[in-house]
Amino acid sequence: MSRRAGAGAAIVGIGQTEFSKNSGRSELQLAAEASRAALEDAGIDPADVDGMITFTLDASDEIGLARCLGVRDLAYTTRIPGGGAASVATLAQAMAVVDSGLANTVLIWRAMNERSAYRFGQPIVPASGGIMNIAGAGTGSLLWCMPFGAQTPASWEALTSQRYMETFGVTNRDLAPVSVAQRRHAATNPAAWFYGKPITVEDHQQSRWIVEPVLRLLDCCQESDGGVALVVTGLDRARDLRQTPVRIVAAAQSIPFEVEVISNYYHADLTVMPEAMGTARRIYERSGLTPADMQLAMLYDAFTPQVLKQLEGFGFCGRGEARDFIQGGNIELGGRLPVNTNGGLIGEAYIHGMNNITEAVRQLRGTAVNQVPKLEHALVSCAMAGAILGRS
Amino acid sequence: MSGTPIRPDPVFTADAVFFWEGADRGELLCERCTGCSRLRHPPRPMCPHCRSTGREAVRLSGRGSVYSWIIPRHPAPIGFAEAPVVVLVELEEGIRLVSNLEGVAFADVRAGLSVEVAFVPTRGGHAVPVFRPRGSTA
Repeated sequence: MSRRAGAGAAIVGIGQTEFSKNSGRSELQLAAEASRAALEDAGIDPADVDGMITFTLDASDEIGLARCLGVRDLAYTTRIPGGGAASVATLAQAMAVVDSGLANTVLIWRAMNERSAYRFGQPIVPASGGIMNIAGAGTGSLLWCMPFGAQTPASWEALTSQRYMETFGVTNRDLAPVSVAQRRHAATNPAAWFYGKPITVEDHQQSRWIVEPVLRLLDCCQESDGGVALVVTGLDRARDLRQTPVRIVAAAQSIPFEVEVISNYYHADLTVMPEAMGTARRIYERSGLTPADMQLAMLYDAFTPQVLKQLEGFGFCGRGEARDFIQGGNIELGGRLPVNTNGGLIGEAYIHGMNNITEAVRQLRGTAVNQVPKLEHALVSCAMAGAILGRS
Repeated sequence: MSGTPIRPDPVFTADAVFFWEGADRGELLCERCTGCSRLRHPPRPMCPHCRSTGREAVRLSGRGSVYSWIIPRHPAPIGFAEAPVVVLVELEEGIRLVSNLEGVAFADVRAGLSVEVAFVPTRGGHAVPVFRPRGSTA
């Protein structure tokens, strides 16, 4: 092995199940079906998988999934914490694993019945007492929120974003272009739950408050059932496989001091996203690329304000400028920087960020339904992790 | 407040038990490092500045200002008759705390509003710190 560190891995297979509100089968089955599809896409025998990566929150275990796929001899497994912050971090991990030689064929998966089996967006009262939320398990200091009525991801996020919006004069109406753009993209994506259902700014404004004065219903991602999988291998081998490889040009995590995933109230200035800025610094340094080199941004969009803060954190515009940046179709297909061209977690499905990565892969292969022309590099971000993907 | 409290109880974790026991006594406490005297919140077993595990609970002034504020509308928060105003309060001592703001209309809340602590009961007989505009009568 003489690969330069961080330069030698590619995404060679993608797979997904249908995205629904009631899959009618187990999360393990969703994981197995998505994984089988990704390996079939790559032209790799599932028996040859030797590395497996998922989220700490994923309910299916590695051995269970390996037993479904007939994985012959697993050489490496790991899980990444932080809820959706794990999504793009799986790519950094897979790249490092492949580069180091610890494993050669890495399967990444995330599968969930977070609409039909449990409600990811809602608090529950467990038999043991207190209040908990599955979405928040292990992702922050939520015990400081629950007794005060902040019991959902929407409320945790809104308490941070309100400061951003107050500081820069951003109103809820100013967030509408994010939802409108993504629902426009979803409307022409047959895999999207909201296929054929675009919305207007007025639709956004008439949707009910989820958390006043920050989030209306149409500022929030979906709760979805479904599975997504990716296959990563070395770039040299990738060139002999079935698909045009998509190169992981750079991938990194950043978790600055006192930053949390969602109950993120304790770092110095809540109007900026230090984790996005840290991730941006690393991936731009490692790639030698700049925001101007990106023709597509896939930004974790559990809630619309996160898209604005990531646009600023990754340097697509200055602090407080995202409100203006997203106007006038700039983030729509055909605009200055198309964002979340599959419809994102708002329009396509909420598979914890993973379906935004597969969209970047389709775009770079040139097979997306909402294809961005002349695409060289795509940014994929979940703020605490990010990657630049490119043509090989 | 009248009637039986329905607000959720706090979760007593090992590293935060002092905070909630203080709240039960009507005291707003913060963890302070006995090595370098810096305050820290949320509580944790080691000082991130000098790495001492020595810690003590100190009483805060209970005065602060509103940093951010929201009302969770849907789903209705569990344990509240009416949707509460959830605030992030910046305390005089430089600590931020998630809490509730009472005694002021949502439309009148402003960033920097001066507030002071009060304690309200929970369902299981505990108490949590909430905030009210300074100088207002409870």
